Amino acid sequence: MSTYSDWLVPIIVCGIPLFGLLRGIPVYAEFVEGAREGLLLAARLLPYLAAIVVAISALRASGAMDWLVGALAGPMAALGLPAELLPLAAIRPISGSGALALTADLMRQHGADSAIGRLACVVQGSTDTTLYIIAVYFGSVGVRRVRHALACGLIADAVAMFASVYLCRWWFG
Amino acid sequence: MDYVWTLLFVAAIVAAMVNGRPEALTKAATEGAAATVQLGMTLAGALALWNGLLRVAAKGGVLDGAGRLLRPILRPLFPSLPAGHAAFTHIVANTSANLLGLGSAATPAGLKAMAELETLNPKRGTATDAMCTLLVLNTVGVGLFPATVLSLRAAMGSNDPAATVVPAVLASLCALAAGLILDRTLRRRWR
Repeated sequence: MSTYSDWLVPIIVCGIPLFGLLRGIPVYAEFVEGAREGLLLAARLLPYLAAIVVAISALRASGAMDWLVGALAGPMAALGLPAELLPLAAIRPISGSGALALTADLMRQHGADSAIGRLACVVQGSTDTTLYIIAVYFGSVGVRRVRHALACGLIADAVAMFASVYLCRWWFG
Repeated sequence: MDYVWTLLFVAAIVAAMVNGRPEALTKAATEGAAATVQLGMTLAGALALWNGLLRVAAKGGVLDGAGRLLRPILRPLFPSLPAGHAAFTHIVANTSANLLGLGSAATPAGLKAMAELETLNPKRGTATDAMCTLLVLNTVGVGLFPATVLSLRAAMGSNDPAATVVPAVLASLCALAAGLILDRTLRRRWR
């Protein structure tokens, strides 16, 4: 079955160079420059991925992850959340690369198109790294009293997580 | 992060001792590292593709177009800014870049906006209302084009890498609404 998202990527891949050409952009040179940035981004992300994936694999193989998930399953289920999601939800506001590594690990474990795999991607995509952004943005102008910015950011993260769970259930049926 | 990360390994060793499977731990650690490099190769390819396309789109003026659409939506969110202030231009550029998944363009614009907002700050070292609103926009970070997640899903062998885009946008809009309402209610109390 072909869905909207099957067409999304081909249309974008074909449409953007056409659009650039119409606007008189040197599309080839700009693509190459952007691709270089992409490769550098991947190179920057990889060490973090290695650090987290190794630690999580060790945790899983030793059985510690089963304890954690087992212990959390009850309270999480009461909130309607799958226990596997908790480590991701906890790390998402703190470390963007760490959260991406956990998302990758959940997809590796459960499959990219599994309910957990999709949910992890929605959580990953629906918020940003709140604590990091607050540190960088306020740090850049020497603001130490951040007032309600932190509370707003973290509560919004929690809202995003619950919304992700319910929206996934509704969207993917 | 140092403590958390080390603690993960300590927890793994303790659990391996209790469960009596140290060999599984050795295997997991080495295979985990190897799997990362394999993943990295595919991920690097996908990221190169999307970043290349995004750059072409940005050079073609997609950011300015998005900015024109966003301007009237963003303006009422920053009532404390004088009309025509440079901070607002940077805020629009920052939000457009976030929306289109151009993280590398979003942060410089956001930091310029903060620097401009600081010139309006009567109390050095304390956040202003406008700064907090800008932070809500950024910590939620509504993104219509999540290139990294898309690349990762493709690298993990998904049949439908773009399947999570719409639910993620809807979830982040919920978070944005919550964040902005909280920002409005808390700003008067939290001075």
